[in-house]
Amino acid sequence: MSQQDESNNAYWSANVRLILISLAIWALVSFGFGIILRPALSGIAVGGTDLGFWFAQQGSIIIFLILIFFYAWRMNKLDREHGVDEE
Amino acid sequence: MDQFTLNLLFVGASFALYIGIAIWARAGSTSEFYAAGRGVHPVTNGMATAADWMSAASFISMAGLIAFTGYDNSSFLMGWTGGYVLLALLLAPYLRKFGKFTVSEFIGDRFYSKTARMVAVICLLVASITYVIGQMQGVGIAFGRFLEIDATLGLLLGSCVVFAYAVFGGMKGVTYTQVAQYCVLIMAYTIPAVFISLQLTGNPIPALGLFGDHAATGEPLLAKLDQIVRDLGFAEYTAAHGSTINMVLFTLSLMIGTAGLPHVIMRFFTVPKVSDARWSAGWTLVFIALLYLTAPAVGAMARLNISELMWPNGTDGAAVSVEQIENDPQYAWMETWQKTGLLGWEDKNGDGKIQYYNDKNADLQAKAEANGWTGNELTNFNRDILVLANPEIASLPGWVIGLVAAGGLAAALSTAAGLLLAISSAVSHDLLKGQLTPNMSEKSELLAARISMAAAIVVAVLLGLNPPGFAAQTVALAFGLAAASIFPALMMGIFSTRINNTGAVAGMLAGLVVTLVYIFLHKGWFFIPDTNSFTDADPLLGPIKSTSFGAIGAAVNFAVAYIVTGMTKETPQEIKDLVQSVRIPRGAGGAIEDH
Repeated sequence: MSQQDESNNAYWSANVRLILISLAIWALVSFGFGIILRPALSGIAVGGTDLGFWFAQQGSIIIFLILIFFYAWRMNKLDREHGVDEE
Repeated sequence: MDQFTLNLLFVGASFALYIGIAIWARAGSTSEFYAAGRGVHPVTNGMATAADWMSAASFISMAGLIAFTGYDNSSFLMGWTGGYVLLALLLAPYLRKFGKFTVSEFIGDRFYSKTARMVAVICLLVASITYVIGQMQGVGIAFGRFLEIDATLGLLLGSCVVFAYAVFGGMKGVTYTQVAQYCVLIMAYTIPAVFISLQLTGNPIPALGLFGDHAATGEPLLAKLDQIVRDLGFAEYTAAHGSTINMVLFTLSLMIGTAGLPHVIMRFFTVPKVSDARWSAGWTLVFIALLYLTAPAVGAMARLNISELMWPNGTDGAAVSVEQIENDPQYAWMETWQKTGLLGWEDKNGDGKIQYYNDKNADLQAKAEANGWTGNELTNFNRDILVLANPEIASLPGWVIGLVAAGGLAAALSTAAGLLLAISSAVSHDLLKGQLTPNMSEKSELLAARISMAAAIVVAVLLGLNPPGFAAQTVALAFGLAAASIFPALMMGIFSTRINNTGAVAGMLAGLVVTLVYIFLHKGWFFIPDTNSFTDADPLLGPIKSTSFGAIGAAVNFAVAYIVTGMTKETPQEIKDLVQSVRIPRGAGGAIEDH
């Protein structure tokens, strides 16, 4: 295996790791806090209702936004570190 | 100036703007027709994608569905935004690197099979046409309202406008027009919401007002709303009532459907670089979030306003009188909407008042009998009219109402145009040029594209006359189909070097067919009324409604592809190399057209 191939493999596994972490957060805020874990969070009051309702109608959208920009920023950095960015 | 003239003025002015831009940026070559020459900045592209994406379902229909159901319809909010995370992380950068024009080209090349490309085209056509039906419903309602005619006539008129508009230019014309449409639709959505939020909570930002206090009583707005709907016998607004499994599957279907919709994915082919594709997905979500963070506030506040209008003396006092509805200018919207056939009331007990309550709630029977009520008298309230009627319900100035009419049309029109483009490119570029008549000239390819647009509109109008649900629900079915067919194939194409041609084809077909059959079993075959064997109130598989089945269809797709791959010939080395190259951003040039 050439050096470039090895570097490309390292790049790809770093990418996959980043994707898995991001998707775990993605699922936690929407399916977790917004739906399945809502009863467990019902003690935390937010403006006339509970935290789960806030995550379902607002919170998850905000987290999604942060996630995409974080991923784009991190990946563009990773591209340069592994020398696979577009010249 | 009366409201009718004002509406015409706003709608007319916005149309003049779009057509002006379309002429200015007219598509010349085929490459421009499909992908705007790949010169679109990520922010511009994000704005255009947002307009393309936010359709009649988001603009016209969604807040109404949330308003009348509350928490249980949060799936629309999470599902239609969460899909962008999948798109940004799993698809957009790789498809841009691949550098072709259409989704089916990628599937055809990656799975080294003309059959795979054909199957992808079919999946794409089924999902897109279902989607266009939902848009046409929205167009019908918007035209019906602002011309004050029946919604069916509005649908027929609207389809002519959509056709004329979509044929005008390709992606380039559409891209810049859609930037203008985004501006119109976001103003039209947020300005009335700001007014209403100020009226009800004193907070100018609707998203904050939703979780703020009701100015008139000092109670939290959502607590106040919960109490009013409870008094009228309806399900509590913020509580969960549906099945958790169904809600999870529904949200997931909308998310993966978003990432599988061809007209959205196509957008990411039009940015200059791979890194731009990542940013572009983020910018798209920024522009979408502006509407999606406002929508739940619009829904809750409208529900509160409607309940208070129907019970001007409180839920324990007397209901609104027929006389008041007919004469009080505050209720003029009810008269106007009645003309579209989407709103209706009937004084069943002849007491001269209109009682709006849940007559199916047993707890309310005693109260109803004591007061001589003989059933809910607000007999028809189509969910899809809520957003368009909202400024009138809140007695906002005439120009706001005109602006909302223009915004609703912009939303329906921009998405219909984007979808028609995806359909026409699938037929002319993938099906005809790619398969049947490869030697076709550029000119006849463009002609074929336009003919297929016309055919798609005709089919959508015919099916749209008997829609399978409210606009957003029809659109949700389209997402289920995209989720079950396109998304798994794209994802396996990028993240697995193993899945081979036979596996992908079998997977896509299995996902599409199983989902389509499940939908038809519940919504009627080809959406023809009364041909269904089950209903969404009592679905075939436990709590799983037809709109939630896309996630199951996707799982079937993955499983079948995996199993069939295991039984058939291994993927050739050059395809494995292709997958490796798609994963690395370096070397992403312009598009290569296959001749």
